[in-house]
Parts: sequence; structure tokens; C-alpha cells
Amino acid sequence: MQTIPGRRAIMIVFLVFLLLPIYWLVNMSFKTNGEIVSTMTLWPHQPTIANYMRIFTDESWYSGYIHSIKYVVINTVISISFALPAAYAFSRYRFVGDKHLFFWLLSNRMAPPAVFALPFFNLYSAIDLFDTPWAVALAHCLFNVPLAVWILEGFVSSVPKEIDETAFLDGYSFPRFFIKILVPLIASGIGVAAFFCFMFSWVELLLARTLTSVNAKPIAAVMTRTVSAAGMDWGLLSAAGVLTIIPGALVIWFVRNYIARGFALGRV
Amino acid sequence: MDKTVNQKAWLLVAPVFLIVAFSAVLPLMTVVNYSVQDTFGNNQFFWNGIGWFKELLDPSTDLGSRFFASLWRNLFFSAVILAIEIPLGIVVALSMPREGWRVAACLVILALPLLIPWNVVGTIWQVFGRPDIGLLGYTLNHLGVNYNYVSNEIDAWATIIVMDVWHWTSLVALLCYAGLKSIPDAYYQAAQIDGASRWAVFTAIQLPKMKRVLLIAGLLRFMDSFMIYTEPFVVTGGGPGNSTTFISIELVKIALGQFDLGKAAALSLVYNLIILITCWIFYTVMTNAGADHKARTGEA
Amino acid sequence: MARIDLVDLAKSYSGEAADVDSYALKPLSMTWRQGGAYALLGPSGCGKTTLLNMISGIVAPSRGKILFDGVDITARSTQARNIAQVFQFPVIYDTMTVAENLAFPLKNRGVPRPQIDARVAEIGRLLDLTPHLDRKATRLTADAKQKISLGRGLVRSDVSAVLFDEPLTVIDPHLKWELRSKLKALHKALDLTMIYVTHDQTEALTFADTVVVMHDGRVVQSGTPEELFNRPAHTFVGYFIGSPGMNVLPAAVSGREARLDGGVITLDRSYPALPAGATIEIGVRPEFVEVAAPRPDLLTARIERIDDLGRARFARLRIGELRLAARVSGALPADGDSVGLVFDPAHVHVYADSRLVEGVA
Repeated sequence: MQTIPGRRAIMIVFLVFLLLPIYWLVNMSFKTNGEIVSTMTLWPHQPTIANYMRIFTDESWYSGYIHSIKYVVINTVISISFALPAAYAFSRYRFVGDKHLFFWLLSNRMAPPAVFALPFFNLYSAIDLFDTPWAVALAHCLFNVPLAVWILEGFVSSVPKEIDETAFLDGYSFPRFFIKILVPLIASGIGVAAFFCFMFSWVELLLARTLTSVNAKPIAAVMTRTVSAAGMDWGLLSAAGVLTIIPGALVIWFVRNYIARGFALGRV
Repeated sequence: MDKTVNQKAWLLVAPVFLIVAFSAVLPLMTVVNYSVQDTFGNNQFFWNGIGWFKELLDPSTDLGSRFFASLWRNLFFSAVILAIEIPLGIVVALSMPREGWRVAACLVILALPLLIPWNVVGTIWQVFGRPDIGLLGYTLNHLGVNYNYVSNEIDAWATIIVMDVWHWTSLVALLCYAGLKSIPDAYYQAAQIDGASRWAVFTAIQLPKMKRVLLIAGLLRFMDSFMIYTEPFVVTGGGPGNSTTFISIELVKIALGQFDLGKAAALSLVYNLIILITCWIFYTVMTNAGADHKARTGEA
Repeated sequence: MARIDLVDLAKSYSGEAADVDSYALKPLSMTWRQGGAYALLGPSGCGKTTLLNMISGIVAPSRGKILFDGVDITARSTQARNIAQVFQFPVIYDTMTVAENLAFPLKNRGVPRPQIDARVAEIGRLLDLTPHLDRKATRLTADAKQKISLGRGLVRSDVSAVLFDEPLTVIDPHLKWELRSKLKALHKALDLTMIYVTHDQTEALTFADTVVVMHDGRVVQSGTPEELFNRPAHTFVGYFIGSPGMNVLPAAVSGREARLDGGVITLDRSYPALPAGATIEIGVRPEFVEVAAPRPDLLTARIERIDDLGRARFARLRIGELRLAARVSGALPADGDSVGLVFDPAHVHVYADSRLVEGVA
């Protein structure tokens, strides 16, 4: 791959630009509110883990993380298992309305959550799912299922059709072929799709906040509580923010070798 | 790949169709229902026909003026961030290290902002940009720049744009990097043999080969910036004044803030329609480019 | 247009300190004549593409020198070497028309416009691309795309050499023949040094004046097609060239006789200087072994099957555990599957550790 002159300098400047704001958040999270407000310090002079301790000991805080993880996982599982057969169908077969259906699905990936916030609130209240992880997980299917179909379709298409034909000639039934042969072949694609479902479900707030009140409130929504009559609790806010970055960072670390291919969505 | 005609494929697609229809069509029907009615509270609804739409599309009314103002603001925002993020993303992708642990390190750091919840992105920039406690705001003010994103419109815009560049340029860069990785070495070798300059390699090989991923990047970035809500809401709350109130922020204000369901529903439908049309244009361009692409790889 | 000398050239992908036996290309010295048509022939992984890429400068050698007309250019970039190379898969510039593709190498070197146009028109005509010149190159078939790649390789008249790396892999068989003849004609017309890498013996033998056979990172023989056929310098060349390949049979040689498991073969020459302890084999092409009726003075073999190749028939035979092939010219002997074998002594070669040993008349 051919690169450009000064690439190292460009890369370093850009990475610093990415990391500096994150560093500042981490820095703040280890400071006391007194230090934050009174002086400008580049690193915590009186480092404290009190902010983190508060989060880990207060149930209303840490349960926010559990709620978030719950609906993200449910959503990822639903999205992938629903999208797999559809991706196969779009990749292999022509059927009435296939192109329109594909476009319609894709257009939902682009639908603004703001449009759906209120109707979702009504819908999930009506079917008694309001304030459960299921409500958020199902709501996030709106954009994650189409995305998963789109990504997986690219990966299924990269599996030669002859493999299906051979399997059927060998007497495999369709479900058995699907689970024993196709799924292992596109395992990395499933990983990529799961990564993206995780990502978009994890980062979304508007719907997650609208569809929950107490029992399933995501961490991102809990964070807004740091505004109080006494002003902002910056240290606590920063600590909570840092803790929301960690799951994402862990996921990235595990998929680092697939990131490049993953971002091409299997279709370069 | 030749596809066989098989109507039974609908059975495989049905689950996806049902779940997305449940999530998309049902709520949209409620929206349509609201959009033609008026309410005086207490769940009393009155038929209002296309009244809300008329008001929405007439810039002389309050609703219309707010809609158009936020629409232009949003389009301007999308244009600016596309103009920055696409070229910057290409440059960053071209600056990736060649191999070894550095590649993995760069990829992980690049992907990091993408996995941060959107309101935390807002929080990060709030904390980073405040003149009193933020490194950026503090430094700028001490360098003599009177920077305050809470009170100054231009500063607020600059902050939101820089924040979006920070948040999303990586997506463009990673897509472009994936596109660049897929170019066979033979192309670069042939260009070397043909005596091509670096610029010629870029325009004759790299850019054409990145066309598809750039389209995807452009589509995703346009759409996501067009429906941006959380990040600017956390940082500026739409202000100062209404200077950073984008369509989604306006919509949530009307729907959840004022509970003006009819107006919100009409706005939602028009908003959705704009997105649908843009999406369709991109999709058509992309499938055409895709047909090209498939024809080419099919032959090779 | 240059003579190319390789001096002790070698390439190791795992560092120069590695064992020489692991080198992708073992140290090699040879000369390529100006204006020659060469083929580099060998199986995949034998180092032929590595050698080619070192000549063009895409791969840097681990040691040794490359001279163009006596000037050391080892350290020069590909651009400075003024080499043309055509790759296995078509490389075309998507956004350009066919004519722009062909003009690209000239444009990059600042050749004046009228000269470019003339040259592009000429190459377009030679490769039958004239009707497509104004079309977008992406829309063409793989054959046509590869012709464009060939054209870009040939468009510069001043190149030191044109290198081809299995250029006809993606081409349909019937077009392969046509393009190969075209290349040969171009070689005559343009007086260029051409080096053609291939694993297909027919391609190599029809294109080149000199065929260089490579095996396991070494050049095992370099010569005209006749030399390779008649006097393979290495048993590998015997196997690899000719269809069916040469029979190689373990034997004990003494005087003018080679003693096999099943009997004795008379030799044309004697081999007094065979190295002690080496594995001795005799090699003889099936074309020079004739199936005859069994006679007491002939080696006796059992027929396993007959391959009819159209122009000739070959019998697949066994002598004990040894397998070999022989020509069948007349009718097969009637009685059963036992036959006698008549060897042509002039074409029976002796190999010590796979290398040809010169005999004494």
C-alpha cells in the first residue's frame, strides 16, 4: 500500500487530537471537585478514587451499567439471528419485491430516532414493555437489524454458491447446512455484524432514555443526574463517562484484527 | 453471482420483515394518525386534515420558520462536516503505518471514539471545552482568544463541528483504509513501472478503488449528521439562542417538551421523507457502482 | 535495450543470515543478451517471479548485483531502470479510456503529445485495440484488459527490457495462441529484450529463443528448446519438459552398459568419471524407447495401458517396480502384455545426483 509523505507526523497529530479529550475526562475523574473548580491542573495533584467508589457502591449507579449491557446483548442476539436467514435469501435468491424490500430495510437504518421516540413510547407502554430492557432492545432493532442484514449479505455473497450446492447434493437439509456449514464459513462476518450491533446499541441514548424510567434506565441516562442544585458534580460525571468508554474499548481490543475488514462491511 | 428465482426466500426474510415492520410501520402509522389531528389535551383529538403540513411548509408561520431554520442549519452542518471529514479521513487512511503492532494500535485508537455513547461524547467535549475547567477552553482563553461556546454562536458551532470531526472522522478513515487494503500490490507495482508520480497513483488507482467505500462513508456520515441529536444537545442544548438547534432537537422539543403531537408528527413525516429521498439517491448511485464493481470482479 | 548481467544475485525473504538452502533464489550469475527472447520456466514457487521482480526493481536483492549494459543499477528505483513489466492479472486504470491507459507510461515521462499519439495508435493497431481506444477501460473483457496491460508494457520504445509475469493466465486458450504469436511478432518488430515467466512449457518453448528452467530457487538449465528436449541437464528438466516426461531409472553404469533391475541397456559412451557415492540414474525420453516384440536380448516390460495422444501413442510400462513410458509406432505384439524395449543409445543420458554427466566417446 502506498502512503503519503509525512504520514507519521499526520498520524501522530491525529491520534493526539483523538486522545487528548479522552485524557482530560480521565484526568477529571481522578480529581476532587474542589481541585477541578479551583485550579487548572494537567494531572490530578490530589488523586482520588472517591468518584469511582461512589459509582460502585451506589446501586442506582452501577445498575445503570447492568441495564445497558442487558439490552445491548439482547439486541445483538436478536439482530444477528433474525438477519442471518434474510442475508442468505438476499444474497442467493431473486424474489418478488427483493430490491424494494432491501431498500426499505436500509432506509430504516437511516431513520432519525427523534421521529420514533414518541411513537415508541406509546407502543411499548401499550404492550407493557415500557421500562424493560426488552423495549430498548426491540427499539434498537429498527436500525440494527437492517445494518446486520446489509453486512451479512456482503459476507454470504463472498461464499461461493457451489458450497451450498455441494452440501445439498450431500443430503444436508437446509437448517443443517445453515448451522453446520454456512455459519462457520462466515463466522468473521457474524463477528463484524455483532460488533456493529453492539456499537450502535451501546452508543444510542435518545430511545434508550425515552423508553425507560427506573427499572431499565441505561447508564448514559443515569449520568444526567449529576446536575443538582449545588451545581455540576464534574468528578462524578467524568468517572461515569470513563466507565462507559471501557466496554467499547474492550470490544475493540478483541476485534482489532477484523476492524479493517469489518469497516468495509464485507463488501470491498 | 447469478441468483435463482425462488419465492420461498420470502420465508427467510419474513422474520426480519416482521420485526422491522413492527418497529417502523406501526409507530409511523401512529405518527400519520397524529399528523392529521389536533389535540387540546385530555386525549381529545380533532381532525385537522393537512393543516399541520401547511403550517410546517409555510415559512411565515412560527412552526414553518422554525422548521426551515433548523433544516438549513442542519444541511449547512452536514455540508461542513462532510467537507472536513471525507478529505481528512482519506489523509488519515493514507497515513496508516504499513504493518506490525503499530497498525493494530492505530486501529484501536481510531475506533475508540466510535464506541463512546453519544451523550458521553457530548460530556467529553463539554468538560474539554469549558473556559473554566476545560483544557481547550482554558488554553484558548489564556492565549487571548475569547472563546466561550455557551454564549458565543460561532464558538458553539466551532465546538460542535470539531466534536463531530473528532467523533466520526475515524469511521471515514477506517472505511478508506479497508478500501486501500483491498488494492492488489500489482497495481502499485505497475504504477511504479509506468513511472507514475505519487499524485498520479492517488488519482488513477487509490481514489477510483475507494469510490465504493467513500460512497458508503458519505451516506452514513450525511445521514447520521442529518439526524444528530444527543451530542449537540448535551454540549449546547441547542443554543446559544437557537443557533445550534438541529431538526432532531427541534422535533424533540415540540414532541416531548411541548407535547404538540400534531406538529411533531407532521415534522416527523417530512423529516423522514427527506431522509428517504436522500437515501434512495445514494442507494441508486451505489447499486450502479456496485453493478460495475461486480461486473469487473466477475470477469477478472 | 540493454544487455542484462546478473552477478551472484540472491534473495532470501527471511534475512540474509538464513541458510542458503532456504533462499527463495539461490546465488545466480547469468547474462541476458540484448534483443533476446527469454522464457523463465518452472513450477510455482521456484523463484522465477522473484528473479523477475528483482530485475525490474520491485524486489530488492539480498545480495549480488544487476548490470544493465555494464552499469550497476542494483540500487536504482524501478522508474530509473526504465523497465516495462506486465503482470499476471490485468492492471488497468479504471477512470481512463483505453488510449489514456496506453499513453499513461509515456505521459508520466513527459513525452511530447504528438509522439504519444503516434505510439498509442501503433500499439493499438498491433494489439487490435484500435476500435476500443476511446472506450472506458473498465467496461472491457478480461482478455481486452490484459491486452491493455501488454500494450502499456510495449508502448515505450526505449525500455531496457520488457518483463512478462505469466501474462496469459487469464486469457482464453484460443486467444492465448494468438497473443503469443503476436508477442513473438512484436519481439521481431521492436527489437526488445523480453523475459517471459511461465509455468507452461508450451508457452515457453513457442515464445523463446532461450528457455531458462528454474527449480527450487536455482537455474537448472538454460538453452534452446531443442537442447532442453534432447539433452536435459537435470532430471527435473527431463520431467518438466516433454509430455510424457523423461523416464528416469536407477541404474549401475559400467563401461558402455547400464545395468537395471530387469536387464542391461547399451550406452553410446562410457562414463569413467562418475562421482563415488552419488545416486546414478539413466534418463531417456519415451520418444527414444520403442516397444517391440519380446526378444531375449531386449529388456522385457509389462504393459499397463496405452495413451493415445493423437500425434503419437505411448505405452505405460512396468519393469518390476520401475515405471516408464515408451513409444508405440507399429502394431502391438500380439502375444499378451509382455513386450521388449528398444532403446536409442544416442539418447540415453546418465545422471549423477540428478545432474547430467558428460560421457567419453
